[in-house]
Amino acid sequence: MTYLLKPKLHHPTLPANRLGYTRRDYEGKISTLCAGCGHDSISAAIIQACWELAIEPHKVAKLSGIGCSSKTPDYFLGNSHGFNTVHGRMPSVLTGANLANRELLYLGVSGDGDSASIGFGQFAHSIRRGVNMVYVVENNGVYGLTKGQFSATADKGSKSKRGVLNSEESIDMVMVALQLGATFVARSFSGDKAQLVPLIRAAIEHKGSAFLDVISPCVAFNNHEGSTRSYDYVREHNEAVNRIDFIKTRDAITTDYAPGTVQDVPQHDGSVLRLRKVDAGYDASNRVTAMNYLQQRAQQGEIVTGLLYVNADSEDLHHHLNTVDIPLNQLNSKDLCPGLAVLEKVNAAMR
Amino acid sequence: MKPTDIGAPDYFHKVVDCQWACPAHTPVPEYIRLIAQGRYSDAYMVNWQSNVFPGILGRTCDRPCEPACRRGRVEDEPAAASNAASSVSSASKEPVAICRLKRVAADYKDDITSRLPKPPAKKNGKRIALIGAGPASLAVARDLAPNGYHVTVFDEVAKAGGMIRTQIPRFRLPEEVIDEEVGYILGLGIEFRHQRIESLKAILEMKGDDAYDAIFVGTGAPRGRDLDVPGRKEASKHIHLGIDWLSSVSFGHVTKIAKRVIVLGGGNTAMDCCRTSRRLGGDDVKVIVRSGFEEMKASPWEKEDAIHEGIPILNFLVPKAFLHANGKLTGMSFDKVKAEYDAKGRRNLVPTGEPEQVFECDEVLIAVGQENSFPWIERDCGIEFDKWAMPKVDEKTMQSSVPKVFFGGDAAFGPKNIIWAVAHGHEAAISIDKFCNGEDVANRPPPMVNMMSQKMGIHEWSYDNQISTDNRFKVPWRDTQITLKNIKIEVEMGFDPLTGFKEAQRCLNCDVQTVFTRDLCIECDACVDICPMDSITFAANGEEKELRGRLTAPADNLTQDIYVSPELKTMRVMVKDEDVCLHCGLCAERCPTGAWDMQKSLIQMTYAGPSCRDKHSPVKKAA
Repeated sequence: MTYLLKPKLHHPTLPANRLGYTRRDYEGKISTLCAGCGHDSISAAIIQACWELAIEPHKVAKLSGIGCSSKTPDYFLGNSHGFNTVHGRMPSVLTGANLANRELLYLGVSGDGDSASIGFGQFAHSIRRGVNMVYVVENNGVYGLTKGQFSATADKGSKSKRGVLNSEESIDMVMVALQLGATFVARSFSGDKAQLVPLIRAAIEHKGSAFLDVISPCVAFNNHEGSTRSYDYVREHNEAVNRIDFIKTRDAITTDYAPGTVQDVPQHDGSVLRLRKVDAGYDASNRVTAMNYLQQRAQQGEIVTGLLYVNADSEDLHHHLNTVDIPLNQLNSKDLCPGLAVLEKVNAAMR
Repeated sequence: MKPTDIGAPDYFHKVVDCQWACPAHTPVPEYIRLIAQGRYSDAYMVNWQSNVFPGILGRTCDRPCEPACRRGRVEDEPAAASNAASSVSSASKEPVAICRLKRVAADYKDDITSRLPKPPAKKNGKRIALIGAGPASLAVARDLAPNGYHVTVFDEVAKAGGMIRTQIPRFRLPEEVIDEEVGYILGLGIEFRHQRIESLKAILEMKGDDAYDAIFVGTGAPRGRDLDVPGRKEASKHIHLGIDWLSSVSFGHVTKIAKRVIVLGGGNTAMDCCRTSRRLGGDDVKVIVRSGFEEMKASPWEKEDAIHEGIPILNFLVPKAFLHANGKLTGMSFDKVKAEYDAKGRRNLVPTGEPEQVFECDEVLIAVGQENSFPWIERDCGIEFDKWAMPKVDEKTMQSSVPKVFFGGDAAFGPKNIIWAVAHGHEAAISIDKFCNGEDVANRPPPMVNMMSQKMGIHEWSYDNQISTDNRFKVPWRDTQITLKNIKIEVEMGFDPLTGFKEAQRCLNCDVQTVFTRDLCIECDACVDICPMDSITFAANGEEKELRGRLTAPADNLTQDIYVSPELKTMRVMVKDEDVCLHCGLCAERCPTGAWDMQKSLIQMTYAGPSCRDKHSPVKKAA
């Protein structure tokens, strides 16, 4: 954290994207989180991904609940819409907003407390409904704002800063999301932007509920020996199954790969998501094998990262509800009230 | 790349671009901070120690520091159409007005005489002769006198100061400023003799009590170059050499000039000549130069000053003849030329073939260059000269082929400027001090580098790390209605204290260095994310050229170093491009472990005296 505003001056070669914006134009207010918080790195990754995709800031809605992670939407995309909901209710508010205006990009930002405890039910239903959104959980395994109690995602057997061992089972958000039918599930680490930024880009491009679990060390309360969410522990136990090398077909393919090491996943808009496999046996398009694989690796104490599951034929809530293409909030009385003649016709059909 | 050795005295010195560019290596950010704090006297003394003439240089310096200033690289270009959507600030790229801030220190200081060194009670018995009383000699005198040397300065002019007094017009530099700062030096117990030296041999051969242990030649480049074209002799009554004419004006021998004046030459002397002419009756004054306007030697701001006073500068005109009738100058003719560059990039001025151009005039001032002249140095006294009739002088030690004779200022390597003369003076003083102590003059003392953490609290630093977005402030000019009527009225009025403060706040504090400690870093990326200039990268190591290309922002300015850490836990290295760092300290504020610290690198040159010697005088033990 700092008291100073980030100076407006920037590198002389700072590039502009297709819209003429620089990366700095996607920044928000100065962060008030602790210095070294993993959440700030995630904010930086979101800024980078949105700049790279040349997303129009006014076409983004950031929604969050309560907690350190839920403060972060103030620190990125300063020119976008924002909604800070009550604790754990972000998924419901997001669902409502999405129903009202399907044209915006919905960024749900939450934490392990907000999504795995108080908002667990809300989280579950937004995922299973297939709301078209990017749901990011900034997962540090600890209640940082209340000084370091274990959260529901803290690993059993891990040690708190005060030396207490966690005796309760942990919730694996990725497993839950897979089970609930999320069509894009990924896990990453705040300290690995090379992996995280392409994952956020892919999640934004995905149609349907995209879930991203980002391990984000709490530098103040969960970065010690015995923690399983510290920078050192995550780096030692991080097992990436794949890397996203490019997302859009319009991106030039510059690298040749040996056969079997690449998995191409077609996207709804005709583009292709190309995954470079780190683990040759991993198939990101099969939900059942993915869940088995994750269970096995978790047992060995490994943290599997990468794009874990993606459904190329995903559908979203609007598809299920068969809503019109025009956002509901743009429909006026003329669209909604077809007039007396039509009413007569409908009534006649009922007689 | 190998990890950067930040212990090398030059590493952080180079980051302080202004100080590195200054021939005398004045600690610029240090005194600018003092100005911002209103500590003008302290700021003045920092300057006085380093460049000897803060008030004079604050008005007349050639300011090599300003083109080097980092501020000139980090400010935004005026918003271009291509990124009109961008909301970032739109300032123009301008350096800090370092030179004029120096003047602020001089203008608002209190009486500092009590802070000056006292003439030593006990002399060391060594006698030094300084020939010429210009800036080089006075710098030598200032460095040596407090160390007990008996210093005698000779000059053919009755008052000390050299070209500062004789050539710089009063409307740029008031005489009181010269008297004050030259007075500080003469007050150190220096003997000044109004005496023209006719023979170096005679001084070298002095015996007994009169003999000098070392001699310093600081006679400048006293001869104006002439222009030998037809009509020069016939019209000579109305043609003058610029620097001679300026000194005649300075002494009051010349008080008038004709209405129509042509000044030949494109250097700062030409600018002084034309502006002086405007004040002595020249209504129609023009400057005519051979080269293009851009390539003129004069400093851009001096050209600007001349144009502001209604003086046109005509370029690409080569003088052909002085036109005269009945012994009276009537005008000058010129050939129009254009610049062509050969394969080696050398410029040639070739005639355009257009008809010659004639400008009518009543008087001409020739300011086409200055030359050295040593008629008083006998060619058989041991001083070796090169084929351009310049003495052979060692560039570091300033020593000539006669070990006890040293040169400095324009006399050493041809015309430069005051700040170079001062720098030469410091070096020569060190050499003389070592020479008189029987030491090898080639063994030069390193500068003193002092690293001090600026951390005061969690977000508190002992420097102001907020970056001002102000554009460079302009020094106000006095109305030309007033200045053109009186040659002694200074044109520039200097900054008022508030503007001085605001201008001082534009300084980026480049001497407050980002110091990285590998063992404390947890690689959380906080510094990478917060850095406004994208200066920090964590990446796999590589060769410098290749590594520079794959940083967060490419490090294309090869004159600026990149700072590389030893290998981190993830086998990567931290790489920081020093080029456009704002020294805002946000990396250190965001660092959770204190791996980044902001440390002030105070680099102070070593001057003549015990500290420059190989054998330091025995340290006195505390009682």
